[in-house]
Amino acid sequence: MTALLEVSGLVKHFVAERSLFGRPVAHVRAVDGVSFSLEAGKTLALVGESGCGKSTVSRLVLRLIEPDAGTVRFDGRDLLALDAGGLRKFRREAQIIFQDPYASLNPRMTVGQILTEPLALHDLVPPPQRRARVAEILRLVGLEPRLARRYPHEFSGGQRQRIAIARALAVEPKLIICDEPVSALDVSIRSQILNLLRELQDRFGLAYIFVSHDLAVVKHIADHVAVMNLGQIVETAEADALFASPRHPYSRALLSAIPLPQPKAKRTTVLLEGEIPSALNPPAGCRFHTRCPFVIERCRNQAPALLADGTGHATACHRTAELPSADAILPTAGGFSPALAKLVAAFSRKTEGGSPAGVGIQGTASTTK
Amino acid sequence: MSASPLIEIRDLRIRFHGDDGRITHAVDSVDLSVANGATLGLVGESGCGKSVTSLAIMGLLPKQSAEISGAIRFDGLDLLQTPDPTLRDLRGDRLAMIFQEPMTSLNPSFTIGDQIIETILRHRGGSRKGARERAVELLRRVHIPSPERRIDEYPHKLSGGMRQRVMIAMALACDPRLLIADEPTTALDVTLQAQILELMRELKAASGAAIILITHDLGVVAEVCDEVAVMYAGEIVERAAVDELFSAPQHPYTVGLLGSIPRLDHRAEQLATIEGMVPNMAQPPAGCRFAARCPFVIEPCTAAPPPLVEVSPGHLSRCIRAPLERLVS
Repeated sequence: MTALLEVSGLVKHFVAERSLFGRPVAHVRAVDGVSFSLEAGKTLALVGESGCGKSTVSRLVLRLIEPDAGTVRFDGRDLLALDAGGLRKFRREAQIIFQDPYASLNPRMTVGQILTEPLALHDLVPPPQRRARVAEILRLVGLEPRLARRYPHEFSGGQRQRIAIARALAVEPKLIICDEPVSALDVSIRSQILNLLRELQDRFGLAYIFVSHDLAVVKHIADHVAVMNLGQIVETAEADALFASPRHPYSRALLSAIPLPQPKAKRTTVLLEGEIPSALNPPAGCRFHTRCPFVIERCRNQAPALLADGTGHATACHRTAELPSADAILPTAGGFSPALAKLVAAFSRKTEGGSPAGVGIQGTASTTK
Repeated sequence: MSASPLIEIRDLRIRFHGDDGRITHAVDSVDLSVANGATLGLVGESGCGKSVTSLAIMGLLPKQSAEISGAIRFDGLDLLQTPDPTLRDLRGDRLAMIFQEPMTSLNPSFTIGDQIIETILRHRGGSRKGARERAVELLRRVHIPSPERRIDEYPHKLSGGMRQRVMIAMALACDPRLLIADEPTTALDVTLQAQILELMRELKAASGAAIILITHDLGVVAEVCDEVAVMYAGEIVERAAVDELFSAPQHPYTVGLLGSIPRLDHRAEQLATIEGMVPNMAQPPAGCRFAARCPFVIEPCTAAPPPLVEVSPGHLSRCIRAPLERLVS
């Protein structure tokens, strides 16, 4: 199967400081040689801490900013060669949802106008049918069509994120980039949006690039994971493989740092010493060596390559083969006590009778497939 | 559950009077107590009243618009009846607080040293030189590298994790008996969060202070708290020892919360969701405030407000259907 999206050798350096004459003197190396591919209908998660370049990658993929080097191929086309018209056509097929649903919707437009705009822009639906299409899209994301007359400020955070998802869906894309889509939401709302994203993916065969710092969320939603540190991918694998045996010391530290909702959980936390180095001046050699508990001399001088094993699990670490087993830092299974498992099941069973995350209610006919 | 708690809140009620004459019931009949050396987690979603409760303890709510009743007993005083000058002596001394935003809670125009030294001089007096030495010592205790140098830096020079350490150092300046931490790690990356949580555990063991940790993150609660109180729409709906709460929750809201978080230690095809919305607190519902969203609701739930009752020793729930095991067996 050919990939929907193929990214190779992507580089983006931002100018951080200019000399008196406007010559750049310092660069933030936000993205430094990132490659990955994504198949249709699958989810790739980009994971890492603030400033690791994950959001920059997502913007480069959409050509919202221009890369300094590298190629992005979408559905066989070279994105960087597209002219304005070609780019517009591409944007119909790839959409983005941002973290902050308060900032990403125009407060002066009604929800109906917000959702009509992409339809008109891409001339997807003739004007007389647009209202019906808006109603249909709203139902898809679990909102009532009558809400089209309201303004964004009248909605809660979770509902606004549904509107943002609806806007992305309006153009029937193949790829949606979700940039921390649930980080600003309360936990109970977060689960609604995650369920919705998964149901929409199953239904329309959407591919997602899911940008997140939260590995628990990523484990729930991703098929494939790429862990980023200071502009580079340090480990990438199938989600199941990565969560079962993380290899790179940085992936292990990230995983073990997530607090488990299991009071007696027995596992070791890898505490990283020190601060995250600046991408303005990334460390020489392996960019993780300043915080790595397994650092040796070679790490300080020589940057490790991202090498894949037979299963496609790739790690950029000189010491991959010598590292101790990750078992001690992995959470023990069985986080749910038997009593809790029963209660949660009963809780979910009963709520499903009402309205689930939004898809499939009221028998909406799909025009999107 | 010790004989004499360090802080005891009885029937705390907080109403806000809006400019338009509307009254919001932010907190209703909250009872809480924390023993010396214990950590209580106060959990709930945005707007549930957890932060307002902590601000009431600190005496930081605006007098003009907030109407507070009940009692907050701390160290032999009722904080709600304590005059302002006495409260000012307490704050930063025996009572300390850490906020979520380390950027906005430090003054950008003073060095971090100035800010810590000010706290020490205000409460402990002594020489500036002595206070400076103590400040360096505090920065070292919260693992700030080269504290002798860092002490003269301005907040903008420090990263988020560093600033939160400075806030903690400042809160610890006078060895508080009670430390309130309001979402202390929410703005931080996970690796920094792990460092700060470890630091809090370390400091608690060393100082024996009681901690009230306010958070929406159940993972953080499981890692550092001894006891948990879950708040919903201004009320405590469940209170229990941390193991109890995570293994056998007795309020449907807690069940929904626990079921809705994606977890590393459990793979669910579909996460639980809590349907509907938080009630409008200008007109709280007559019966149980969670009834409209509760899958286990029955007729009597909506008739009268349910009391917070003991389901098993030390485990309280505000649900008339508890123990919930009955409903699923």
